[in-house]
Amino acid sequence: MIAAKRILTTEMIQKIEALAPRYPNRRALTLPALHIVNDELRHVPLAAVVEVAALLGLAPADVQDTLSFYEFFHQDKPTGQVRAWVCRSISCALRGGEQVLQHLCHAADIKPGGTSADGAITIEAAECLGACDFAPCMLANKDLHKNLTPESAVAFLQNIRQSIRSTPPHAH
Amino acid sequence: MQPFSPVLLEAVGLPTGHTLASYKSRGGYAPLEAILGGKKPADVVDMVKASGLRGRGGAGFSTGLKWTFLPKDHPGPIYLCINADESEPGTFNNRILMEDDPHQVIEGTILSAFATRASTAYIYLRYEYPHSWDRLQTAIDEAYTAGYLGKNLKGSGFSLDIYLHRGAAAYICGEETGLIESLEGKRAWPRIKPPFPAVEGLFKKPTVVNNIETMACVAQIARRGVDWFRSIGVPADPNNPRDPGSYGPKLYCLSGHVEKPGCYEAPLGITARQLIDGPGGGVWKGRKAKAAIPGGISMGLLTEAELDTPLDFSGPGKAGCLGLGTAAVVVIDETVSIVDFLHNSCRFFAHESCGQCTPCREGTSWSLQMLERIKAGKGRLRDLDLLLEIGTSMGMMPGSTICGLADGAAWPIKNAIQKFRGEFEDYIRQTNPTGWMVTEPVSRLAIVATH
Repeated sequence: MIAAKRILTTEMIQKIEALAPRYPNRRALTLPALHIVNDELRHVPLAAVVEVAALLGLAPADVQDTLSFYEFFHQDKPTGQVRAWVCRSISCALRGGEQVLQHLCHAADIKPGGTSADGAITIEAAECLGACDFAPCMLANKDLHKNLTPESAVAFLQNIRQSIRSTPPHAH
Repeated sequence: MQPFSPVLLEAVGLPTGHTLASYKSRGGYAPLEAILGGKKPADVVDMVKASGLRGRGGAGFSTGLKWTFLPKDHPGPIYLCINADESEPGTFNNRILMEDDPHQVIEGTILSAFATRASTAYIYLRYEYPHSWDRLQTAIDEAYTAGYLGKNLKGSGFSLDIYLHRGAAAYICGEETGLIESLEGKRAWPRIKPPFPAVEGLFKKPTVVNNIETMACVAQIARRGVDWFRSIGVPADPNNPRDPGSYGPKLYCLSGHVEKPGCYEAPLGITARQLIDGPGGGVWKGRKAKAAIPGGISMGLLTEAELDTPLDFSGPGKAGCLGLGTAAVVVIDETVSIVDFLHNSCRFFAHESCGQCTPCREGTSWSLQMLERIKAGKGRLRDLDLLLEIGTSMGMMPGSTICGLADGAAWPIKNAIQKFRGEFEDYIRQTNPTGWMVTEPVSRLAIVATH
């Protein structure tokens, strides 16, 4: 076996430590730390859980216990470059949210929760996004897409794919 | 109805309404400066108690009274948590307050921290509101620069820090002790009460958890006075000594099948029909309403005939609903199958049950499995009785769970079946002509995973 590569970068650790004075103990840094890792890696692999635990003075099981409660954090592989949450709760469902989700997943050839083969997009069914005045809606990364139709959702997917094709992938 | 101009939403539509300059030009932060200049914390508590303000997050508990549960002369620290984990389906008023007038929320938070002697306030903001995060953080930075946050505010000796804390997409974090557990870095499992957070809350210290809209109300009470606040809304029922009244303006979120969905401010006590036909522009496409959710999906259902129910803290309860909740009115038109509505509701709660208490974890999934089966044309009339049995046996009211999530799951089930039983029976008979009468146990369908 090759030696395990460190997952938390110095920059991530600095960001986590910068938040430490806000809380009276280090366990409260768990969610902020997981978010900082997820913002960079788009998932939180088990090895990162171990490193976060060591940084916070916790057992890895403590961090994994917390992480596994929030479905938000993927662990096996990174989510797509765009993470799209399509609302399926009542206000959106009444205005066609389920159809938007179906069309989008069909166009991306995945099931809800899946990531497209090209890694461009992860589509997830969301519970109420709190934008019922713009139903049906979708949160894609930090952008709220309002009053969607199946057509506008599929057009959004095509735009993402085009912009990803025209930018070269990161050299790792 | 008498004309009413928005107060909590006065900044909506102003291009720079979210800035400190705009907020101050509207009279903001002047009340805070006056209070820091010579009032005592007890004065603010008395003011909020006298106003009759009831928490806007859903439970409607008296805000001032909640503050008085904190132990006297506690050496500290005392924590204030602001609940911005707005996740009740249909609700988005906190988002609008945070995006369009964040300083109103922050002034209310500072005043509340002063009243409760908290020196640290955490705003627990749901992950799904990145724009609110940016607006709030910018406003907090502005407030630090202006000397409204930090050490020894305006020479009063009172110090306060406000921190934003990001959630991770879990409905249960809106329950106050779930929120506290999540803030501490744990699974958001609600705590058994007592001890109540006011005695032992965040980091085992006395803690108050208040909603974003409540904070906005505190800021407006400080600016406009107790008499102004009490002049709006529904006074206490003189025949019911336990009714504290429903005072003040309220943000109603109108969505679903209306022409103009949106967040509208109105005096507490406006009826659902007035909201729908007034600011809502009527039911969409010229159709008729079949039902409406009175205050977020967990409150249950009003039928078309019950739309004249006043939406104050005690109104929806008289129509068999759980309560006013978040005052999010979701209109369902006559073309919607009530089976589809209940399926959506059960799916939500099965997904969001935290899994800690067995009646809720099992009850919400079981009810979803039955609704899946009914929708697939394999329903039995007996399922309706089973659903009602689940609905009446899980929750804090029957006393079988720690928090109220299960009551929220139960109410749509009970209301839908009790108020629309005929439609359920027709649906089951028509879609399952050979099996509707079966009473022996049947296995669940292999369904698509909902999680």
